[in-house]
Amino acid sequence: MSSTALLDKSDPPAAGAPPEDRKPRRNFTPWVLLLPGLLWLILFFLVPILTSVSASVQTGNFDDGFKLTWHWANYVDAVKPYWRQYLHSGIFSVATTVLCLALGYPVAYFIAFKGGKWKSLLMALVIVPSFTSFLIRTIAWKTILADNGFVVRILNDLYILKITSKLGITVGTHVLASPGAVVCGMVYNFLPFMILPLYTSLEKIDPRLLEAGNDLYCGTFQTWRRITLPLSMPGVIGGTLLTFIPAIGDYINAQLLGNANTGVVGQSIENLFLRKTDGYPVGSAMSVIMMVGTLVLVMMYIRKAGTEDLI
Amino acid sequence: MATQTAVPAPIAPAPLKIRRRSPLAWIGDHVLLAATVVIFIFMLLPNAVILVMSFNQPIGKYDYTWNQFSTEAWAHPCANQALCSSMGLSLEIGLIATVVSTALGTMIAFAMVRHRFKARSGINALLFLPMAAPEVVMGATLTALFFNTIGPGSLGFWTITIAHVMFCLSYVVVTVKSRLAGMDPTLERAAQDLYATPTQTFMKVTLPLVAPGIAAAALLAFALSIDDYIITAFTAGQRTTFPMYIFGSVQRSYPAQINVIGSIMLIGTMAIIAVSTILGRMRATRR
Amino acid sequence: MGSTDVLGRTEGGDLRLVGLTKRFGAFTAVDNLDLTIPQGSFFALLGASGCGKTTTLRMVSGLEDPTAGQIFLGDQDVTDAKPYRRPVNTVFQNYALFPHLDIFENVAFGLRRRGFKSVKPQVEAMLELVELGHLAKRKPTQLSGGQQQRIALARALINEPQVLLLDEPLGALDLKLRRQMQIELKRIQTEVGLTFVHVTHDQEEAMTMADTIAVMNHGRIEQLGSPAELYENPATTFVANFLGQSNLIPGTVETSTDDVVTVSAHGRKLTLDAKRCRSVSGKVILGVRPEKVQLAVSEADVPSGFNALGGTVSDASFIGVSTQYLVKLPSGQEISVFEQNTGRAIQRPGTEVFVYWDPSQGFGLDGSQDIGAGAALDEEGAA
Repeated sequence: MSSTALLDKSDPPAAGAPPEDRKPRRNFTPWVLLLPGLLWLILFFLVPILTSVSASVQTGNFDDGFKLTWHWANYVDAVKPYWRQYLHSGIFSVATTVLCLALGYPVAYFIAFKGGKWKSLLMALVIVPSFTSFLIRTIAWKTILADNGFVVRILNDLYILKITSKLGITVGTHVLASPGAVVCGMVYNFLPFMILPLYTSLEKIDPRLLEAGNDLYCGTFQTWRRITLPLSMPGVIGGTLLTFIPAIGDYINAQLLGNANTGVVGQSIENLFLRKTDGYPVGSAMSVIMMVGTLVLVMMYIRKAGTEDLI
Repeated sequence: MATQTAVPAPIAPAPLKIRRRSPLAWIGDHVLLAATVVIFIFMLLPNAVILVMSFNQPIGKYDYTWNQFSTEAWAHPCANQALCSSMGLSLEIGLIATVVSTALGTMIAFAMVRHRFKARSGINALLFLPMAAPEVVMGATLTALFFNTIGPGSLGFWTITIAHVMFCLSYVVVTVKSRLAGMDPTLERAAQDLYATPTQTFMKVTLPLVAPGIAAAALLAFALSIDDYIITAFTAGQRTTFPMYIFGSVQRSYPAQINVIGSIMLIGTMAIIAVSTILGRMRATRR
Repeated sequence: MGSTDVLGRTEGGDLRLVGLTKRFGAFTAVDNLDLTIPQGSFFALLGASGCGKTTTLRMVSGLEDPTAGQIFLGDQDVTDAKPYRRPVNTVFQNYALFPHLDIFENVAFGLRRRGFKSVKPQVEAMLELVELGHLAKRKPTQLSGGQQQRIALARALINEPQVLLLDEPLGALDLKLRRQMQIELKRIQTEVGLTFVHVTHDQEEAMTMADTIAVMNHGRIEQLGSPAELYENPATTFVANFLGQSNLIPGTVETSTDDVVTVSAHGRKLTLDAKRCRSVSGKVILGVRPEKVQLAVSEADVPSGFNALGGTVSDASFIGVSTQYLVKLPSGQEISVFEQNTGRAIQRPGTEVFVYWDPSQGFGLDGSQDIGAGAALDEEGAA
């Protein structure tokens, strides 16, 4: 390495000459970095969705093949016989989100403000169960809620199941194979997704702010209402989205813990795709409805909650 | 020296009522504690049940209730050939999907944080969509694409892997991005100022500092891949992954070996966390 | 490979900026800057945030590409040289110590990148220079702010750069530590004899350490000179207000000779040393520093030949070494007075007084400028 190679000698420009602007170099590095990943997403996420939009207006069956016939009636077939499934998906996912928020907030609050030196251990306890396959854990609820188990016995002894079966949440003296069991399984599965973002935003709150609230004549509840809650809103929004999005598409809990009357959209789509020979256009139509519906709901929620920077 | 300027006294407010700490607050604190304990039981109960049931000797095919203590399942975890081979398939797919999605996702994260370019918001939307789309939609539409292009017969190992990389990618980007964004960019400038070429800056400063984020992203991708049922069910064709095997067992018979594997997963992760925590403590106290 | 020729170092290397310009979109951060910084000097770029001083520094270090202009080290054009190819090192504002490396490796970083095989003696010597040899195995987060600052300095100095750039190096330290580090930095600079270019918004810091100060405003240099020169003879109202405090009194020139300029202001005749006047006709601004103004209870006490103005004390603050008064003139303008604590009685607000000063202590500025320029900025920067 010689010095002249590193630092070029050159004469200074004549005094008084106006400095000329230099062109900034064009940089292709970001595109090299972005391209492989983005191509993957375009090919295996975006293109499939567009393919499905086209498939949703095709007719045909597996043996003869499918043709694009602009058969919009597929959408009628995707809604009319399945309105119960749409209703169930909606009720289950909203109920799950609300219950997760109601259960997750106190836990996140407790860990963030009262956790002390146990904070990280308690958060580990929230996450650790997720390392066991969620299917095995969901099936474990079959054992917990079994008819001869102690949970069902206690609920029967306290006449709680009488009330819940009147409300249509459980069926007879059983808990399993009921809408209640489905929502229980869903809440169980998605609760960590609620607690994590809630904890993150609560943990960021400076406890001195709460002291300042107390100092400025807020009681415990008022301090929570006026200071803690507004500051934890990013966590609430993040948590509800992380719960709602997987909940609306979930059909595992309905399949494992529900009955013939708790069918959800996901099950119908799976049936149409994997168990029928000509269900593919109608199944695609249902997927399109589901995708658009979820996106519209999520966008409306984000707009209303006033945050755009989720990622 | 006395104050030179007279400050007018503020208008006197209504006198404050001084109350002692209300008993309601005491109850509130303890209700919060009790609720937290109950919810933790709710979250941890299934894992306890899995552990207990791994020592069960099931009587009937569809029975999920306790019958009799047995170490049979622990002694022969692979008594069921199909179970263990499905686990092998899941691990294989999980590893490939993790490596590919972590590599591609980390590259995207670097481009997003460290470079200025057009179409940023469009790319953000493309990254956000897979996380906002219900799994069943991704599974169904991807299957529709495979049907239309390579035909239903070619579904299998590679279609599952492709799908897994696709849905892990966004999560990797988000995880690495947050680590990168939290990194002080002056550190890289300092490295350049201290005669490190761009390559050396990346190898000696950027990579070691972002490594925990990349590791976390890889772990997350692996966990997502190994645990996925819905998208896998659509793209698997004739292959059976571990989650698919479990799901199928519900209809056939549910061997206690599944609970053994569930327990090993739990104990294994807890052991890893405990060891790394203890090692971290030791490293901290040694100074 | 010797240590001196790798980076193309030459003896007698002044740092020269020629027509240096940096634009970010429509905003011009640095505007056609011409500046020569002699080798071995301690040079300060002083200005409020956003004045372009940090951008200038970053262009010198190579971390920012100039929009136009050139940078020379000695007779070599380094404008296009990559930052890692310049014999220039920086002490960053928040130190930017590598958190994953220990102190030894942080200091050794530059030498290792340049391919030095044995770095131990140099690193140890450098850690001794900053008196932190015992902390070599610690991680940066285990050090106090002052210690981190010294490590950042050691990490830059070990490379024996031709120019050392300091970007608000003391900004993150508390006041007491800052004073101590100012003295230490000055000592080290004298010891190693390198060119230090120091960027700061703290005028006291700049005056304590630098041989030469350039006051920057809106991407241009307002004035260049020694600390005493800038303080005693500010060229603009901006410099007069930004560097310490000034009483600026607008007036009109009545007569002017080679020695004395007479200005009428507040209904009185005030005189100025003609050599300290930037403008000798029409509207002018007469300036005088608060510590050069004194108080008298009656006009009879004002020494003859001194400038005097009558007013009322509106505020008096006792701060130990001195008492700071605000005296309101009939026109409404307030004159600030710092009176040394010599045991004199303190004048209470409301007292009628005369403020007076030696005409040779005043300075005259062009009257067409904004009289308040730079006054609020100092507080902003210090906050």
